[in-house]
Amino acid sequence: MAVKINTPLTQERARKLKAGDSCLISGVIYTARDAAHKRLCELIAQNKPLPLDVKNSIVYFVGPTPAKPGEAIGSAGPTTSYRMDAYSPELIRLGQTGMIGKGKRGPKVIEAMKEYGAVYFGAIGGCGTLLSKCIKKAEVIAYDDLGAEAIRRLEVEDFPVVVVIDSEGNNLYETGPKNYLENNK
Amino acid sequence: MRTIDATLITNTVKKLCIEANCFLSRDIKNCITKAERNEPWPQAKEILGHIIKNYEIAEQKNQPVCQDTGVACVFLKIGQDVHINGDINEAIHEGVRQGYTEGYLRKSVVADPLNRVNTGDNTPAMIYIDLVPGDKIEITVAPKGFGSENMSQVAMLRPSDGLQGVKEFVKRVVLEAGPNPCPPIVVGVGIGGTFDKAALLAKKALLRPVDEPNQNDFYANLEKELLGEINALGIGPQGFGGKTTALAVNIEYFPTHIAGLPVAVNINCHVTRHKTEVI
Repeated sequence: MAVKINTPLTQERARKLKAGDSCLISGVIYTARDAAHKRLCELIAQNKPLPLDVKNSIVYFVGPTPAKPGEAIGSAGPTTSYRMDAYSPELIRLGQTGMIGKGKRGPKVIEAMKEYGAVYFGAIGGCGTLLSKCIKKAEVIAYDDLGAEAIRRLEVEDFPVVVVIDSEGNNLYETGPKNYLENNK
Repeated sequence: MRTIDATLITNTVKKLCIEANCFLSRDIKNCITKAERNEPWPQAKEILGHIIKNYEIAEQKNQPVCQDTGVACVFLKIGQDVHINGDINEAIHEGVRQGYTEGYLRKSVVADPLNRVNTGDNTPAMIYIDLVPGDKIEITVAPKGFGSENMSQVAMLRPSDGLQGVKEFVKRVVLEAGPNPCPPIVVGVGIGGTFDKAALLAKKALLRPVDEPNQNDFYANLEKELLGEINALGIGPQGFGGKTTALAVNIEYFPTHIAGLPVAVNINCHVTRHKTEVI
């Protein structure tokens, strides 16, 4: 059974999620990828205000295709997360509790997740059409000049993800293949 | 001598950009459905089911299968008896520009790798031209996503590393990539040539249908062996564990220098896209 998560995601709630849990996220999440993360961290370094409230927020690493007329958004699957490794610890320190992406994360990100209570979710990479059906509304709230890389505020309904790395550092990318191999010798 | 107008090239490239991004080819779809049937690990089977549902909806809605609609790799085989009326490179870029704009595809190209300002229309295309006998032009558009492109590698092995060295390198690249390139993947391998030629061979290997083995029996066997060994790694769909790590291994080879054994591995995700038309 999938765990239902309503945003905002508190640190207390994030700490209860375990690697391998299937979850359905509903509420508001924000998009950001390489270029937007770089700008956010530059603002943090200069002690300037951010264009979104990071506390208890979930970020989705995605750059969607343009929406066709009458649609909320185009295809919108996850991008590879390790490119955000240089920036994520800073945002987690400010209270970001969830990240949605795909692929491995570095030790500094995992350390920050453990220290502050954050989780890393995986969405199915290459399923951008399917995932876009769970996005009901999308609005650019910052960095319009970045096009697909702009920060968007998304309203999602039962957005399907799996907890890949939990706040204790358990990692489905390590345990999943290991369990499969042990069961299929 | 046959004259082909550059606008025909533009129109064909435009159409292929849109179609390649919204409709997966039959060979890839067959391969994924077969993998789903044969996958023993429940979570892996479920993910493959979602992947199938995704490309089915994309097809119905004429929507890109993946949001990374890639950099447009355009391969042309130009008959040497063709005269092109107009600027061929500009004709191709214009086709990409129109296809990515009118087809609601993502613009993912930056003008300069360090200053990184988006060109806004997904140009320039990566253009590869071969001259061949005849009076036709074969155009293939292969949109290439970078989640998988970033996991690709080239190695200049020693001749003494031999077959074993090649196999170990290919498997190491797949293992290091792990969940990052959206497995199940298609593995393009280029063996021989020079540093750059090996990489191009690997990219061209990804254009071959996944149900079409290399015509050379030795390399066809190597493709099969490597596929078996990669799928024994247990990475599985999305890296959550399972049997289906790769859908296919396609190898292209070429003569090389007495001192060298170049090997390139170009990884593609399950959204392996290419569409061809002859004009």
